[in-house]
Amino acid sequence: MYSVTASHISKSYGQVRALDDISFTVDKGEIFGLIGPDGAGKTTLFRILTTLLLPDAGSATVTGLDVVKDFWRIRNGIGYMPGRFSLYPDLTVEENLTFFATVFHTTIEENYSLIADIYKQIEPFKHRKAGKLSGGMKQKLALSCALIHKPTVLFLDEPTTGVDPVSRKEFWEMLVHLKSQGLSILVSTPYMDEASLCDRIALIQGGRFLRIDTPERIIESYPKPLFSVCASRMRSLLGDLRACRQVDSAFSFGASCHVTFRGEPDSAELADELRAKGYVDLWVEEIRPTVEDCFMLLSKESDDGN
Amino acid sequence: MLKYLIEKEFKQIVRNSFLLRQIVGVPLMMMLVMPWAANQEVKNVQLSLIDNDHSTVSERMVQKVVASGYFRLTDVSENDAQAMRSVEAGSADIILEIPADFEKTLVNGGVGSVSIRTNAVDGMKGGLGSSYLSSILSDYSADLRAEYPGMMTTVGENLPTFSVVPHYAFNPHLDYKVFMVPALMVMLLTMLAGFLPALNIVGEKEAGTIEQINVTPVKKFLFVLAKLIPYWVIGFVVMSLCMLLAALIYGIYPTGNLLTIYLFATIYILVVSGMALVISNYSDTMQQAMFVMFFFVMIFILMSGLFTPISSMPGWAQAITYLNPLRYFMQVMRLVYLKGSGFAELLPSFFALGSFAAFFGIWAVVSYRKSA
Repeated sequence: MYSVTASHISKSYGQVRALDDISFTVDKGEIFGLIGPDGAGKTTLFRILTTLLLPDAGSATVTGLDVVKDFWRIRNGIGYMPGRFSLYPDLTVEENLTFFATVFHTTIEENYSLIADIYKQIEPFKHRKAGKLSGGMKQKLALSCALIHKPTVLFLDEPTTGVDPVSRKEFWEMLVHLKSQGLSILVSTPYMDEASLCDRIALIQGGRFLRIDTPERIIESYPKPLFSVCASRMRSLLGDLRACRQVDSAFSFGASCHVTFRGEPDSAELADELRAKGYVDLWVEEIRPTVEDCFMLLSKESDDGN
Repeated sequence: MLKYLIEKEFKQIVRNSFLLRQIVGVPLMMMLVMPWAANQEVKNVQLSLIDNDHSTVSERMVQKVVASGYFRLTDVSENDAQAMRSVEAGSADIILEIPADFEKTLVNGGVGSVSIRTNAVDGMKGGLGSSYLSSILSDYSADLRAEYPGMMTTVGENLPTFSVVPHYAFNPHLDYKVFMVPALMVMLLTMLAGFLPALNIVGEKEAGTIEQINVTPVKKFLFVLAKLIPYWVIGFVVMSLCMLLAALIYGIYPTGNLLTIYLFATIYILVVSGMALVISNYSDTMQQAMFVMFFFVMIFILMSGLFTPISSMPGWAQAITYLNPLRYFMQVMRLVYLKGSGFAELLPSFFALGSFAAFFGIWAVVSYRKSA
């Protein structure tokens, strides 16, 4: 049985098409990642699946129940963590947790085992007001609150945005742990590096899925050899690379540029050409593509297709 | 479930020290300060005197005017131009000019006349000041006539041939506090039961906490009810506190039945809560909600008869006041407090307020569905 199914979901806000014919499924006990930039439609999709928003077209089920007809029953079985911190800042850590346990007709004690790993880390601060917690601790509290009623599907909308790298890593370890307890998790993130931690990912842009697959297969399907280019003057490098005749695509990736070639790749020729333009400390090597490379390529193709 | 939601609301209210102070402070302030300040009696009118006569009669006239308590002699001028200058400087509101040979004219059986000129920039002060002054002067002329029979005096107009003794029913001393206090309670109830819950709901929208609540099995109706109930309770407590204060400080007790007051207060609270919910449904931020509410409450208060009588408004404005729930409740409070009206006499207001409650209630529910 699928934890989440969506078929042909569309949603528009006035003239803006936020979601365009989205279909996918999430298996039981799977971490499914929605990877895409801001404004791609991730939050809209979450709001539809968590019964907060009605789709214009298409249908969806969560835990086998229809999101439009059975929304009351769905709400008992899902945990949702919105992108923005949305617990009561003027209530303490413990009061927030108690409150959300109560509205789901349960108690902290009853489901303590489920949240123990996470909650233990913030328990020393349980009398502190939620608004006074640090970013990482806020996320842990929000996750605890989303889990307190023992949901079977967890919806996490950009849970690690604005969280420091250490807390991000911890957070993902918790998700993997939760998955091992049989929870299905739908998580969205703008960070491509988190994609490889998901079982399957959907690359989303402009309200459309570019591709749904496991991170490995998406990387394997990268059609061409990929090269990384480093040089002394990074600022002008991207423009000069794109001006080269043999370069098919070039994208800036922090300290380097990732490049594919038209036809047979010849890194030596490219290096010569760049040296002629006055670049020194040149470093060209073939690398394994990342999810981000795939995303760039797919979104470029999708743009070209339009 | 409702119990926990309400418990949470109270926790948040108690923890919000600013809100708590406001809930306690505003009513106190209103009851202790406003009845004195929002007073329509004109006092301390600054009088400028041009006495060209310097006689016993003129001196006694001035004494009588000052002794009335409404006027303060702030300026004595030699001539017209000088008196006008003090009006321009703001040190005089009204000029009383006594002509030369005033006493002599009177004693010789002639007609003495004095002139009163008023600065009407503050219309209320000017109008009331000059009418106070002329009534004091005509009193004085009556005194004089008794002393010197056969003498003629006029104050501006003809000699009064009969005197009018007004009797102020239900408020014998025409005490404005008696009149203002019940009305101030209405304003308080409007703010506590209307403003605060609306801002609270919009606040949850703004903070995003409503998202988290919306995915729980909590019914929206319960959630909203849990928001309203604490403010209803606070509203009643504060109103009772105000009535107690009014009794202790001003000795103002409701002449009518307390139950009538509470019954109407309940309906009125439903009206303002409904209105508040409608506003909160259409606003996304506190700022929006705040401005919309200010706009309506301002109109409601100015057109409720709190400060100016409705009957003296132009016809179209009077028509608008029929759409003002504040007007009805204000009227009810004053009638019950001062006149002791029973429920039967207040039936029209009861139906009016009841319709408002139903109207806003339905609108709130419909607009809530849409925004969901």
